[in-house]
Amino acid sequence: MEEKTWKNPTIAWIDRRMPVFTMMHHDLVDYPTPRNLNYWWNFGSLAGIALTIMIVSGIVLAMNYVPHVDHAFESVERIMRDVNYGWLMRYLHMNGASFFFIVVYIHIFRGLYYGSYKPPRELLWMIGVIILLAMMATAFMGYVLPWGQMSFWGAKVITNLFSAIPLVGESIVTWLWGGFAVDQPTLNRFFSLHYLLPFVIFGLVFLHLVALHTSKSNNPLGIDVKGPQDTIPFTPYYTIKDAFGLGVFLIAYLGFVFFAPDFFGEPDNYIKANPMQTPPHIVPEWYFLPFYAILRAMTFEIWFITAKLGGVILMFGSVLILLALPWLDRSPVRSGRFRPIFKIFFWLFVVDCVLLGMVGARPPEGVWVMIGQAATAFYFAFFIIILPLLSVLERPRPLPASINTAVTRSGAGAPAMGAAE
Amino acid sequence: MATTATPPEHADEEDTRRDFLLIATGTLTAVGVGLAAWPFIDTLNPARDTLAVATTGVDLSPVEVGQAITVVWQGKPVFIRHRTEKEISEARSVPMDVLVDPQMDQDRVQKPEWLVQIGVCTHLGCIPLGQKPSDPKGDYGGWFCPCHGSHYDTAGRIRRGPAPKNLEIPPYDYVEESRILIG
Repeated sequence: MEEKTWKNPTIAWIDRRMPVFTMMHHDLVDYPTPRNLNYWWNFGSLAGIALTIMIVSGIVLAMNYVPHVDHAFESVERIMRDVNYGWLMRYLHMNGASFFFIVVYIHIFRGLYYGSYKPPRELLWMIGVIILLAMMATAFMGYVLPWGQMSFWGAKVITNLFSAIPLVGESIVTWLWGGFAVDQPTLNRFFSLHYLLPFVIFGLVFLHLVALHTSKSNNPLGIDVKGPQDTIPFTPYYTIKDAFGLGVFLIAYLGFVFFAPDFFGEPDNYIKANPMQTPPHIVPEWYFLPFYAILRAMTFEIWFITAKLGGVILMFGSVLILLALPWLDRSPVRSGRFRPIFKIFFWLFVVDCVLLGMVGARPPEGVWVMIGQAATAFYFAFFIIILPLLSVLERPRPLPASINTAVTRSGAGAPAMGAAE
Repeated sequence: MATTATPPEHADEEDTRRDFLLIATGTLTAVGVGLAAWPFIDTLNPARDTLAVATTGVDLSPVEVGQAITVVWQGKPVFIRHRTEKEISEARSVPMDVLVDPQMDQDRVQKPEWLVQIGVCTHLGCIPLGQKPSDPKGDYGGWFCPCHGSHYDTAGRIRRGPAPKNLEIPPYDYVEESRILIG
């Protein structure tokens, strides 16, 4: 790390004793970033901003929310009607959850397409998967807090997943509930954990960034940075690009907050929880629909595994398999740009995930059961069969000699050009 | 080779133009952040349902001469004392120049026999004693704050001790002959 001298004496005094300013300068200003990052690389910083918006709006909401089965629903309505700008805080938080997932899903698909999980970034990727899991837990518990019909029955259905575990399942469910039904103890602990987990995520994001700044950013070409000619400093080039992306993101996000705040929500959640009556059609929030479809795809037993247990295994497996991705895809070429067959399967995988989402939104009847099973089969086949086979069978296109030669005119004119060999 | 990526040389005109852009962008950002922060700050202000219960009605008829009652208004105690002739004349005979916070007794009441004031010591917010018959009333027959020893007279004016001001008078009106609405 090169020594930075600070002109401001106060900053210099602090920095000599605790080099936070030097670290910030190193990681946010001088930080060498590949010069060819496209707009798909905006979504990491957007995810960080979404997390911040969720934490800030959530802290304000928690000041007015009452985690009690008799008051939770009413306290949310009070936030909407009586608390100054309470409607804004709640709509920011509700839609913020959706946009956080939109941003993170795009971020994940970007990593998938450009091979950002491959060496040396395996751990960076795995921390990201853990962040996704923590986000899912946080979002699920947060959705329970307003104590509407969907909150209650979502909580009941999802916690009941654990009853599929042989022998100890029922005990685990009772332990999760803190009783014999989803009730006051459940709501109270979900509130506690919903407040805790975002800060755990914040810590995980910090580790994600430590890992990122150790191996440095991947890039659309997927080739390593070979020298200073391949990089540009993060500030001003990527700070301004991230800021522009943030502006576009905020227009879309706030567009929903102000003009279609209930677009992503379920009307049934404006009915107070009634433990005696299940709504006719329970669906999770949209960001869980693909996983919900995978859960329901299992309609038959395999040996001793019941359909219920099988569905639960597949659902958790669909996220956990991402942890193994760096070892399932052994192709040495990172970027999908140079992998003609992978590219086709990647887009099929994207379509498959959207299809699973559509299946998850519909009642498990008729042709949708079959479609859900086929889409689930393809989901796992992509990871377990297609990627390992492509690692061996696919012949990648030749890689450019360096980022600089591929993306700059002066670089392309230089004799180092080696892409056409 | 790498020269294309470095910014143009800093000519003087270039500097002023860039300075203008930086200052303009910075100012707009600061205004935007300020506007965005306001809703978050304003949520901490009293909500509409809190404001809606901001008035308290009190029926004075059961309170005999010499008695005092304490009612709650906006979460604070309000002292209402039905003063005796002696207390009123004591309060009105005090010369202004001995008062810490000079104020006529006539300016502190709407009807001389009813003294209505917020029962929160103006020093650091304790509740002075003097409402119950058994309470110490301080050296001036009014109220005595046990926290730091402030003495208030029969008009609720500070006479001795660290408190800087007289007990505060809440806004109130007689809605009937013996009924007031505070707030």
